Amino acid sequence: MLDPATLLALPPYGLAREEKRRFLTEELTSLSRRHAEGCPEYAKMLAATGTDLSTVTGWEQIPPLPVRLFKEFSLKSVPDEALYRTVTSSGTTGQQVSRIYLDRETAALQSKVLAKIMESTLGGARLPMIVVDSPAVVKDRAMFSARGAGILGFSLFGRDTVYALDAEMKLDLPGLRAFLDRHQGKPIFLFGFTFIVWQYFYEELKRLGETLPLQNGVLVHGGGWKKLADRAVSPARFREALCEVSGLNRVLDYYGMAEQTGSIFMECEHGHLHAPVWADVAIRRPEDFSEAAVGEKGLIEVVSVLPRSYPGHVLLTEDEGRLLGEDTCPCGRKGRYFEVLGRVKRAETRGCSDTYEQK
Amino acid sequence: MNRSEPLPVTVLCGLADPREAASAPALPPFDSRVLAFLSDLSAALLADRRVKAFPDVTTFAFFCRRASLENLRKPYGTLPDRLGRGLVFHIAPGNVPMNFAYSLTAALLAGNASIVKASSREFEQTGLVCAPIESLLAGAHASLRPYVNVVSYPRERQDVTEAFSALCDVRVIWGGDETIRRVRQAALPPRAFDITFADRWSALVADAQAVAEMDSQTLRTAAQGFYNDTYLFDQNACTAPRLVYWLGEGVSLETAQERFWRAVWEYAQPRYPIDPVVAVDKRTALYRAALTLPGARRSPMPDNVVTRIRLDALPPETADFRCGGGCFLEFASPTLDALTPLLTQKAQTISVLGISPSALRDFALRGGVRGADRVTPIGRTLDFALVWDGYDLIYTLSRRIAA
Repeated sequence: MLDPATLLALPPYGLAREEKRRFLTEELTSLSRRHAEGCPEYAKMLAATGTDLSTVTGWEQIPPLPVRLFKEFSLKSVPDEALYRTVTSSGTTGQQVSRIYLDRETAALQSKVLAKIMESTLGGARLPMIVVDSPAVVKDRAMFSARGAGILGFSLFGRDTVYALDAEMKLDLPGLRAFLDRHQGKPIFLFGFTFIVWQYFYEELKRLGETLPLQNGVLVHGGGWKKLADRAVSPARFREALCEVSGLNRVLDYYGMAEQTGSIFMECEHGHLHAPVWADVAIRRPEDFSEAAVGEKGLIEVVSVLPRSYPGHVLLTEDEGRLLGEDTCPCGRKGRYFEVLGRVKRAETRGCSDTYEQK
Repeated sequence: MNRSEPLPVTVLCGLADPREAASAPALPPFDSRVLAFLSDLSAALLADRRVKAFPDVTTFAFFCRRASLENLRKPYGTLPDRLGRGLVFHIAPGNVPMNFAYSLTAALLAGNASIVKASSREFEQTGLVCAPIESLLAGAHASLRPYVNVVSYPRERQDVTEAFSALCDVRVIWGGDETIRRVRQAALPPRAFDITFADRWSALVADAQAVAEMDSQTLRTAAQGFYNDTYLFDQNACTAPRLVYWLGEGVSLETAQERFWRAVWEYAQPRYPIDPVVAVDKRTALYRAALTLPGARRSPMPDNVVTRIRLDALPPETADFRCGGGCFLEFASPTLDALTPLLTQKAQTISVLGISPSALRDFALRGGVRGADRVTPIGRTLDFALVWDGYDLIYTLSRRIAA
């Protein structure tokens, strides 16, 4: 495994296909070894698939763990004394929460890698920042929700930060206006979760018939489209709507998950999600988990070299997506770029047990 | 709920107010009017072109043919001193579309009026069966109208469940623990009782030597039968095997496993498209097995259609493992002994391949086990019989007047 300094010195979107694949294969295979030693559950799962790490010649051969397992089992590769923070994420699938166990090294890598990605997106200077959420979300620092962790992680790239919503999730218009007066004409960084931005920011401005001068703003948002898709709000409609009420015209989505915080997939100016050097995606065919061709829909597998304290480095998501290309995006970034098509549909499960249980 | 209020239910067939079924006189088991009605229903279903697309409805239509009904009656002889119990209220399951019809038919054959709550899920089969019933009740079989009520209402309407429960003599609940718990909160009259068809667990026992030596046509038929037992309802029916117990060892075991699974795969592969969510479920199930069951390992298969998980031992938790969509635990031993501890109250159907059903039944009887209510040949696990889940439905749903 590379030492953190070397890892962080890599150019975020600078490695082309072969070089990146060599680096990831090396790094992810050694991570697998480390997790197999530190996490007996992971060792059992590798054994169940008949995986022999010494024969791995490409990271695609490392079996991905379904993200759902982090909700059912406590998976960590370091002793409890080494734990620094536990992040929980409810996801969208209900009551059970994922628990992600971080040691200092992993937590530090996560925030530093996020910084590298954001720097390449926003430029080096810290911008005045609006968090489109409530400060109540980040109160308990020991037991983080993924939402709180996300806000704090991204807050490092702003200054003079204000929260757009109060503790009751109400829009704080006077506070926002005062902030925008102070920073008139300057670029502003906004961050929020897609659904919150829509429901508590856009819809509220619309309802009040108010507008905000955010022509110089850039909004980074993530957390998935499921809730908005349910309301038939497309990404295009999302952009258009925000522009209507605030003049915002730089709106960048990112794809990421609590299980791989830090190495997020950021959207470029061409609307493509990009794998940074520390991460990658593979699109898997549901029929046999073989890799789908460019343009072919399949299940999204995500890998990241950051998780050192829990075996979350190679994950099978429940999202479907499509690979759009590798090293060839007109934005100039190297690496794979892709799009997310949404959460896989759970067909109504049929069992004797569901006369009542089905929602 | 006040008796004079209209009920918020949709009547698919039967009385406009199904509550009036409570006053229908009880009939003797295998009453001639009931037999005539069922055989006319059978004919109506077999004449309906839409039914051809639903093998399960066709199977039900054959079950109701006159000759089949006579066969069902045979073991009971004449039952001159018995009458149906009165009104049976059925809560139909959400997994197997046609179970509501079998439940209703069994109650009718025993001499009862029925109110069936159809599954809240909209199965096409429900309408295909209820429409001809309604026509028969509007014509030649008008006198049976009070006996054949199928309704639908949202499961949240506990008040409706309470209203029907308060009127019935027997309540038949198909469902998992949660359904049974909720339905049981609705009080029954003092003399009434519940028959519960709870969530159960099933297995296939296969003799390795026999499978290794089986001719390929027989093997193909077995594979097709296994497909019908499992994949046809996404392996979610309680009768669907979740464990394949191989009786055997050595070379013949390896040959048998190889041959059997290849035959199953060849039959299932073109017929069972793998849903992305099922692919993730099955992979998750493999890892869950790895973390909770001894020595769980995936056996290689060409794709995700058949998922096989080999185990080194069968602890009691094996019975808690569940995953639909074609995900099977496998265990092999030269004897059946390791199966005994799994035959708890949760065990329902044991299907067999290469062994006689009676040999397996004798094994269960000798073991004094609490579970395993039926042993069937492979491919027949979904066949409905009047003895179901250990209940003889004709006797249970009728009573004897001593004189």
